[in-house]
Amino acid sequence: MTPRQQIFALIASIALLLFIVEMVRRRKLREEYSWLWIVVAAGIVVLSVWFDLLQWITFQIGAVVPVSTFFMFGIFFLIVVNVYFSIKVSTLTTQVKNLAQRLAILDHYVQEARRAAGDEPAGENRAVDAPPADGEGVEAHV
Amino acid sequence: MTRPDLLVIIPAYNEEANVAGVIQGIQTYLPGAAVLVINDGSRDRTAQVASGAGAEVLTLPYNMGYGAALQTGYKYARENGYQILAQIDADGQHDPVYIPAMLNLIRRGDADIVIGSRFLVRSEYRAPFAKRMGMLLFGTIASWATGQRISDPTSGYQALNRRAFCYCAADVYPSDFADADVIIMLHRAGLRIREVAVKMYPSGNKQSRYLNMYSFLTPAYYIFKMSLAVFVCLLRERGGAEKVLD
Repeated sequence: MTPRQQIFALIASIALLLFIVEMVRRRKLREEYSWLWIVVAAGIVVLSVWFDLLQWITFQIGAVVPVSTFFMFGIFFLIVVNVYFSIKVSTLTTQVKNLAQRLAILDHYVQEARRAAGDEPAGENRAVDAPPADGEGVEAHV
Repeated sequence: MTRPDLLVIIPAYNEEANVAGVIQGIQTYLPGAAVLVINDGSRDRTAQVASGAGAEVLTLPYNMGYGAALQTGYKYARENGYQILAQIDADGQHDPVYIPAMLNLIRRGDADIVIGSRFLVRSEYRAPFAKRMGMLLFGTIASWATGQRISDPTSGYQALNRRAFCYCAADVYPSDFADADVIIMLHRAGLRIREVAVKMYPSGNKQSRYLNMYSFLTPAYYIFKMSLAVFVCLLRERGGAEKVLD
């Protein structure tokens, strides 16, 4: 690795590290998602400073140049992260589905109770009466 | 006031033109049954029309898909102590005249799930080619996996006992369409499935993509997705129908 590559990798990884820490500090990124990125940024810092380690890994995996070791681990990491997020999204989808079903059932009970009490709700004020068009009105509540 | 033990659920998405007729049909053949329309985020007056026709209405906050709407009905039935549940489509494709016969099989304890099949007897019902091929392929796979003839794995016209709908109310149920994979799953969970012959009409809602999965899934994707679903289903453990009962 040329000193130029080394300096660039060092700057990029430290910038990533600072960015992640800042996002966690501002509570834009939850701690449980940040550790992965911190580990990666720290790994790049270590590998760009400790060139012998990178060369050793390159030799062990049978790569020809250290840069391809970097790329290989980078791509591998991206795949793992994507699968991890797919799993997370699946969990969230199930949770949102369950919440929406719960909301519909509870809303029905509320309407029933109000009818029984002789308190007819004004139709247009109901929470789930008028679904917004696709995506519309979603950002307004963020 | 005691609640009836039978609940009829109707998942509905933009069916203001047809849902009232379906509700009236159910009231004719099953007087006194509780009818619940699950309004899956419709943009028309489905909820008001259904409510006006004398049904209870559950409104989902946004469109969630046929399976998720059905499951909402299962959860409602589970919570409110219903013993038997019948499900019927809102587009007028299913004739409610068959529900009493389907319910009899459940009441006699002959089955946990009764599926109304349009292919047990010859009928004029003709599905488009891709749909017919899909039904044939996955009907064969389902028949092989369950050891009994499954002629119509995509039929949404069903009756379930409490054991069956409580199982479907758990997280295992798909949000889009129940198909051969669900039949295999139910069979492997230890639930007994029976088919009865029913006649189906063309949908009263031709534009509806809600009840017709093949209109937006290309056949290749459908076959891939279903093969995967069936394969994964066969990898899972058997049993489980008892675990979810309260």
